[in-house]
Amino acid sequence: MGCIESLKYEMILPLGASFKECLAYVEKNYKEVWYVDPGYKLFDSYLIGLPPIGIGLDGPRIVFPYTKPCHGTYLLGIEDAEEADRVRKTARKKK
Amino acid sequence: MTETPQNPKSAILLLGCPEVPVQMAIALYMAHNLQKRGTGVLATGNPSVLNLLKVSDPEKHYIPQTMILDKCIEEIVEKRRTCDLCVVFAHNDAGIQYAATMRFLLPDTRLVVIIFGKTPEVLDETATFPCEKIVDKAVHNPMQLKNKINGVFGWAA
Repeated sequence: MGCIESLKYEMILPLGASFKECLAYVEKNYKEVWYVDPGYKLFDSYLIGLPPIGIGLDGPRIVFPYTKPCHGTYLLGIEDAEEADRVRKTARKKK
Repeated sequence: MTETPQNPKSAILLLGCPEVPVQMAIALYMAHNLQKRGTGVLATGNPSVLNLLKVSDPEKHYIPQTMILDKCIEEIVEKRRTCDLCVVFAHNDAGIQYAATMRFLLPDTRLVVIIFGKTPEVLDETATFPCEKIVDKAVHNPMQLKNKINGVFGWAA
């Protein structure tokens, strides 16, 4: 998973979840949801997927879909206060 | 979407996970047909799929240029790379997500999504963004899919 693989992450949805399921999970389970477009840079990786891509925030915790060709989309959670604040400043609230 | 010339100058073939056999055959077939009509072809995908291409085409007759997918996405996002034609191979949800990404990043490029594998009709329904779709239940036998591609690109059988 590139540089994200080297970070301490939690896999929130099991492998095999679709991108759509990841978005629905984020929207249902996180009060603070931000939206970005494909190509948005998060943790030095470019997000992939049908726009808008939903990112859930809970304090310093960032929950986001991470797509790879073979494995599909992982829904990952990573704690990083600085990156979470950057999302709050650069993402949008509306779809 | 702008009008695409009959023979594009540049094409990107974005390959998915190599677990479905027809992908490799169709990728080489498309690269061959595009190149002989003057199109420069770049194939991109994960290391496994690129290694399969390199072993299948050791002298790079069919696919002269390859690039790791993450690097290709980076160059497109940073507007250091574009193309007239983008063909995305999709046999799983990830493939459709990569196609949606290319649609967003390359709004003026002709985007053709080849949807194949065991359940292409299910994937087809999820590709809700503007693109041309070639859909076929192809896993091992590439012939019907090849014929559909010939039809879309105006290539003789």
